[in-house]
Amino acid sequence: MQTAFESWIHPAPPSEGGGLRVVPGGFHIDPIRPVDRAVITHGHADHARPGNASVLATPETLAIMRERYGAAAGATLQPSPYGETLRIGDVTVRLVPAGHVLGSAQVVIEHRGQRVVVSGDYKRRADPTCAPFEVVPCDLFVSEATFGLPVFRHPPADREVARLLDSVRLFPDRAQLVGVYALGKCQRVIRLLREAGWDAPIFLHGALGGLCGLYERLGVPLGPLVPATGLPRDAFKGQIVLAPPSATADRWARRLPDPVVGAASGWMRVRQRARQRGVELPMIVSDHADWDELIDTVRDVGCGTLWVTHGREEALCHVAAGMGIEARALALVGFDEEGQGETADDPGAGDAA
Amino acid sequence: MNRFARLIDGLVFTPSRNGKVRLLQDWFATVPDPDRGWALAALTDGLSFAGAKPGVIRTLVLDRVDPVLFGWSYDYVGDLAETVSLIWPARPGPNAPPTLSDVVDALRAAGRSPRVPAMIAGWLDALEPSGRYALIKLITGAMRVGMSARLTKTALAEWGGRSVDEVEEVWHALEPPYADLFAWLEGRGPRPAADGRAGFRPPMLAHPLEDADIAALDPTAYRAEWKWDGIRVQVAAAAGEARLYSRTGDDIGGAFPEVVERVAFEAVLDGELLVVHDGRVAPFNDLQQRLNRKRPTAKQLREFPAQVRLYDILFDGADDIRPLPFDARRARLEAWFDRVRPAGMDLSPLVPFAGWDALAALRAGARDGAIEGLMLKRADSAYVAGRPKGPWFKWKRGPLTVDCVLMYAQRGHGKRSSFYSDYTFGTWRGDELVPVGKAYFGFTDEELARIDRWVRNNTTNRFGPVREVSPGLVFEVAFDSVHRSPRHKSGVAMRFPRIGRIRWDKPAGEADRLETLERMIVA
Repeated sequence: MQTAFESWIHPAPPSEGGGLRVVPGGFHIDPIRPVDRAVITHGHADHARPGNASVLATPETLAIMRERYGAAAGATLQPSPYGETLRIGDVTVRLVPAGHVLGSAQVVIEHRGQRVVVSGDYKRRADPTCAPFEVVPCDLFVSEATFGLPVFRHPPADREVARLLDSVRLFPDRAQLVGVYALGKCQRVIRLLREAGWDAPIFLHGALGGLCGLYERLGVPLGPLVPATGLPRDAFKGQIVLAPPSATADRWARRLPDPVVGAASGWMRVRQRARQRGVELPMIVSDHADWDELIDTVRDVGCGTLWVTHGREEALCHVAAGMGIEARALALVGFDEEGQGETADDPGAGDAA
Repeated sequence: MNRFARLIDGLVFTPSRNGKVRLLQDWFATVPDPDRGWALAALTDGLSFAGAKPGVIRTLVLDRVDPVLFGWSYDYVGDLAETVSLIWPARPGPNAPPTLSDVVDALRAAGRSPRVPAMIAGWLDALEPSGRYALIKLITGAMRVGMSARLTKTALAEWGGRSVDEVEEVWHALEPPYADLFAWLEGRGPRPAADGRAGFRPPMLAHPLEDADIAALDPTAYRAEWKWDGIRVQVAAAAGEARLYSRTGDDIGGAFPEVVERVAFEAVLDGELLVVHDGRVAPFNDLQQRLNRKRPTAKQLREFPAQVRLYDILFDGADDIRPLPFDARRARLEAWFDRVRPAGMDLSPLVPFAGWDALAALRAGARDGAIEGLMLKRADSAYVAGRPKGPWFKWKRGPLTVDCVLMYAQRGHGKRSSFYSDYTFGTWRGDELVPVGKAYFGFTDEELARIDRWVRNNTTNRFGPVREVSPGLVFEVAFDSVHRSPRHKSGVAMRFPRIGRIRWDKPAGEADRLETLERMIVA
């Protein structure tokens, strides 16, 4: 008889650091308050928080945390490349690609013959800015469910980017202003534009420059990028400008000539969401698994038990139960599902989705 | 259907009126008949399919999707058409997506046939989410693209180089897909005949008159009438058919069946729709209970009975008397009224006056809450569509004002999306502020920029696009009248509130109290 997973891995209350605690390894995965030992799945601000004593993550994720938090990224930073197996306490730990953003990892933990995969956030689609998701068969799969309803089916991202380029052609006297999350979505949209043949400089809000520079240093070429500051209004006509979602409807945008406001997010699938945010060009480009990908992944990993960390857990649990999988919603706190922080200057504003 | 879906998406997501108009004009210019006409019908509520109702769509989707998942999804999305368009299981296959005409022709031919659900399912299979959404909105008959029938006709008229009134004049004699209308607008055919039907005749409208301008007018050349606080309507009856139109040509007869049912004559009349209790005009609020409903309940018919107060006559039988001068039409109207004695109607009386000062005194002394002010009409004016300058003026009573404190500010739309431009304001009740109204005009761009800065610097709380501010900015709010309203926390609701002045100088504590507003309520 197998031991219950809960005896060695379980959600920790926020007062004890939050995230998932792996007892025999003595660490938390994606804690929300500082802990002694943290394993971080990826660099988004709701998963990678500052102030932990020691941090284990992929080299790329650590670089992102240093870019954002400086010395507060953690007292000791231990890089672990994809595929390396480490012994920590009474468990082995291996990071494998999650396909979410550059450096994003699933945490594969083995303990007394049981294998647990904590996916962090993930997607199954191709992304030119990060390594693709790797299927690791396991006994317990810990999944996100940000888009865990059957209304969320993301169309191909290149088609959405083609719509942006159509809009450029249609409105040569207007700027195209696209709201993108600073980490991941921004660089993915830039790469998709380059692949679609857009070689012109792309203009950036000040909050996006740092991470773009880091991506380039980490080997993701992005082409010519220009800060969208100090230029006459006419310089933006017929150009593409990227900014955090919160800036697209704020004073910052007043510098642009009658901008076509776009947003690149999985939430753009729902019209009312787009309209509420004043989005004229909704682009359904998501770094999260859509409904079909969530179910395919649960099937692919062949788990007997599924835990759902955050998002619309009930629908995914409902379907998993129908597949004969024991499914449970963890309702972990602290994850930013919407990514709709209002201030543009908040470094972590709106990373999700 | 895919092209129609792109039009619908464009209209949904384009925030500006002009942007929507351009999209629609591009559609009229580039899409051939009959598809362009079917879209025009869909956007002006001119299409209805007996066998395709929301219940059919719901049944179809529940045959294909786990009802539990559908329920959660519908809760999340909030719109049946959109939920179905997104959740419908894709069935990649060789079927070509239908055109707009395919759909309309097939549904019209099928009527209530039991084949209808299978036809719809086949189309949904062949379409992608946007196409499915457009299809479902089309067949269930509520496009909701932020484009009124009137704006659609305005776009059409502008594209065809005609005035919207010319289009309105022929509109009600036309049938979808409007091939003869398009032929006329493109100069390929004659103007469609509009006579002999209970069609809409665009009404004659008035310019506002400022107190200072009145001295320049000759009082003997004008006639005065009370301006009643209802809604302007046209009663059109011909060829055994009676219709009630709003000022913009919407057929509102369904909401006021008692008015239409009482028509036993053939004429086109201009008047004001009012709720009247025992000969007394009720506050506009009562009429509002009857507006925007497809059908009234028996209780509403009993509690808020509607009638029409007549101003003018456009057709007496088949006789078009619009070219006659006002005095002659007035004589015809009075003679017609004496002869016909129409049920549920009365005449709006002329207000005799000796000169402008005497008329101003009459206007100031009119205590009846149902009177908004006066209408001045040139005695020799023919009845012409639109708003010609000179023949007709509306001379409203001065607005009421009250000093209110800004409580919440919301971001605007379109060009104003980066500005906090929609303001909710309140008056004092004890030492708390209670919201009494909301306004988003009455200030200049410079003032807007200054208020926007003030809002950002005095924010105490944020709720999505809305900011709560500390009480510190006073607006002098102008409004036409105030009524009791159990739906609002303050118990009152204003009509036409707008920002009169911004009182940067006035401390919030000296703004008005709710009691002040309550004293202005008209019974």
